[in-house]
Amino acid sequence: MKNDPAIHVENLTKMFGDFTAVNSISFQVGKGEVFGFLGANGAGKTTAMKMLIGISKPTSGQARVAGFNVRTHAEEVKNSIGYMSQKFSLYNDLTIKENIVFFGGIYGLPKSVLKEKTQALVDELGLHDHADALVRSLPLGWKQKVAFSVALLHNPKIIFLDEPTGGVDPITRRQFWEMIYREASKGVTIFVTTHYMDEAEYCDRVSIMVEGNIEALDTPNKLKERYQVGSMNEVFLKLARNIE
Amino acid sequence: MKRFRGFVIKEFYHIFRDKRTLVILFGMPIVQILLFGYAVTNEINNVDLAILDKSKDAETQKIIHDIAASKYFKISDILEDEGQIEAIFKKGKVKAVLVFAPNFDKDLITNGSAGVQIVTDATEPNVANSVSNYLSSILQKYQTDINKAITIPYQIVPETKMYYNPELKSVFMFVPGIMTVILMLVSAIMTSISITREKEMGTMEILLVSPLKPHQVILGKVFPYVFLAIINAIVILALGFFVFKMPVQGSYFLLALESILFIFSALSLGILISTISETQQTAMMTSLMGLMLPTILLSGFIFPISSMPVALQVISNIIPAKWFIILIKGILLKGVGIVVLWKETVVLLFMILLFIGVSIKKYKIRLE
Amino acid sequence: MSISLKNIGKSYGAVKALSNISFDVKQGELFGLIGPDGAGKTTLFRILTTLLFPDNGEAKVSGYDIIRDFKDIRSHVGYMPGRFSLYQDLTVEENLNFFATIFGTTIAENYDLIKDIYEHIEPFKDRRAGKLSGGMKQKLALSCALIHKPRVLFLDEPTTGVDPVSRKELWEMLKRLQQKGITILVSTAYMDEASLCDRIALIQDGTILKIDRPQVIIDTFPSKIYNVKADSTYRLLQDLALYPDTHSVYPFGEYSHFTSADPDFKPSDLMRFLQEKQHSGIEVSETPATIEDAFMELSKASELIDN
Repeated sequence: MKNDPAIHVENLTKMFGDFTAVNSISFQVGKGEVFGFLGANGAGKTTAMKMLIGISKPTSGQARVAGFNVRTHAEEVKNSIGYMSQKFSLYNDLTIKENIVFFGGIYGLPKSVLKEKTQALVDELGLHDHADALVRSLPLGWKQKVAFSVALLHNPKIIFLDEPTGGVDPITRRQFWEMIYREASKGVTIFVTTHYMDEAEYCDRVSIMVEGNIEALDTPNKLKERYQVGSMNEVFLKLARNIE
Repeated sequence: MKRFRGFVIKEFYHIFRDKRTLVILFGMPIVQILLFGYAVTNEINNVDLAILDKSKDAETQKIIHDIAASKYFKISDILEDEGQIEAIFKKGKVKAVLVFAPNFDKDLITNGSAGVQIVTDATEPNVANSVSNYLSSILQKYQTDINKAITIPYQIVPETKMYYNPELKSVFMFVPGIMTVILMLVSAIMTSISITREKEMGTMEILLVSPLKPHQVILGKVFPYVFLAIINAIVILALGFFVFKMPVQGSYFLLALESILFIFSALSLGILISTISETQQTAMMTSLMGLMLPTILLSGFIFPISSMPVALQVISNIIPAKWFIILIKGILLKGVGIVVLWKETVVLLFMILLFIGVSIKKYKIRLE
Repeated sequence: MSISLKNIGKSYGAVKALSNISFDVKQGELFGLIGPDGAGKTTLFRILTTLLFPDNGEAKVSGYDIIRDFKDIRSHVGYMPGRFSLYQDLTVEENLNFFATIFGTTIAENYDLIKDIYEHIEPFKDRRAGKLSGGMKQKLALSCALIHKPRVLFLDEPTTGVDPVSRKELWEMLKRLQQKGITILVSTAYMDEASLCDRIALIQDGTILKIDRPQVIIDTFPSKIYNVKADSTYRLLQDLALYPDTHSVYPFGEYSHFTSADPDFKPSDLMRFLQEKQHSGIEVSETPATIEDAFMELSKASELIDN
């Protein structure tokens, strides 16, 4: 099982009544890959991701995440993944330390490990002066960096990021991507859902979902070549226009 | 004027599209009135009673028969000794035990006095009290009956007359009370929530950056609720009138006028709350804690003000509901007019002016 | 001048949201305020739309003073706040009608101005605004902000959370509005939208880093930028940081943007350095600067001054 892909999706489908939100999608994400999962609002990417993280049951099809079937082993899936989103990642009214202790506690990390990890995290992000400050008072970019580190506390094999760097200032944003590349180089698989196309440029491979289907899946470079354009934004515009 | 009309139309859209709130708004007064009218009452009916008769003679049998014949009690157990009393109370069904001393008839005839004891379960004090009163009066009546033949030389027999509510119907107390609570709820809570919702949704920002004047925004917000509150008042009074035969002794015109006055005082409180709260949640909590609780507890609706500690009596003066309850009871039950009620009316008027004044001072035409 | 600011400053308690902001926007100009979340963009918009008082400085919008003449400003500007601020429980048409009414006008009266935009959503005019897609919501909000024919339009992050297709449409609409003589001040956190503006102000931490035409900002970037690529991105970033002449290294999509502190920098030297570090698939090539490069360079410089 060593060469199993981190995420393996086959004919995954989700229906809400007559409406097909996700229409028989198939793809694989390799270990240590930075995978971009793109699509407009309502294209079905959130629904697909909910199935992958084990909080929504597929109508039909298969998905294995970190080697576990999402249908039968949702709890094991949840234990092997980390999740961070732009909308919610940390409690604003708790301090950085309190957030770390809380989220570490959820995953059952022992106190000693937690203490060690907290220290390491604070050292790494240079937050000594802010460890006891309320998260509310931090700039957005810092929050996102802390949130990412918190999502990594329990050493997940795969980490799901939902629009992680929208609105973050350019320099902090790049520090954030460096952190992502660092984790990928250690073999952690990164799954980024976003509709910010400039975020897509950073991924090893991207898939683009339009109306429940995956319309394209390749490296950003090859997609740009295929559609003869200069940016992922234009690739997306071309794809969306073809569908209309 | 066109702007104002446009604003009011928009408010009505909001109200009529929020079906759930609408159901609560109109369903609640009806349900509450019916509940208070039928279920919540101090009168007792068919209370379970146990008898411990240590005498078992003709007299006690007669008394037991009288009790069983009344609609107030149902004899559900006959006990053998005192030890059983507590056991039967613990089961919870039986609320009182009537104990006759041994040799009841002999004592009654030879000594002129006989021992009887009423034991009640006082976990519900109101029930215990009523039960003991009712039982006493049945015994009293029995005593009067057997004494008929004899003339007692000196006797004071008080004759009680209950003015304005001769049958002591509790619904006469609840209808004005509920009307007060509902009007306060509709007017104050709903307006304060609807104004803070605009703040929360960010639409207030756009309204501020428009030529609408603050008073147009506030009046536009308030107007629909005046309308709703008046409908509610009519529904409640109609229910009281038709279902519970609540009288309207005074003038309808004065009743309408005072109700509208009270609605305005509640609305102005709602506006005041919305000017100091930023979110619907704070507005809601402030209204509930700051308005509803005092309206229910300190207005004289449930607990008589005269029996409150002095401090609370003083506080009750700043609660509009207190004055309104006096007004409405006066009009409905006593049939008095403005000549008597002018003082309470002036107090309400003064409160409205005060709240509106503070609100205008506090209303922000900017975001800070 | 359609909008002019002089030394505008604003603090919230100890936090300085804006310090000494000055710039002018010409009549009919499409001016972009570009910066990340928390840079002070929304505060600046609120000051200009008379929703907040500045602590210091003065500003005029369409000739009216933002403090003295706030009532005039309120009836002459269109404002679209950052988050969707329409009534979700009202239909498309009811929303538009409402805003027309409160500004003392009618849809019919100014239909020609919003026609382009409103046409897209007119088929859904009986739908509740809350049920519209993100792109359609933006179009409705824009229609509502335009319904009273404002002279100046303030759009606070209109493209945040909107998909690329709707974003593109929105910018096309702004261009057309500009041709009708409306002055537009728009803010965004997307650096790639800067090139769509006539002039931009780059803003961070409440300070303006630079104001100019986007092309000028790109053309005057002080050094050459190289696209560097290797198979292991993370190791590449680490090693580039160790290269002796490195001025800056930033991941930039699939490449890393590298600038050298040495004016005589030769790409071949860097290639050799990376080969020695056992990299494979190495590419080094010159690339034009982007607004984002300029932003990072300027913000780095301003931090150096601060420290």
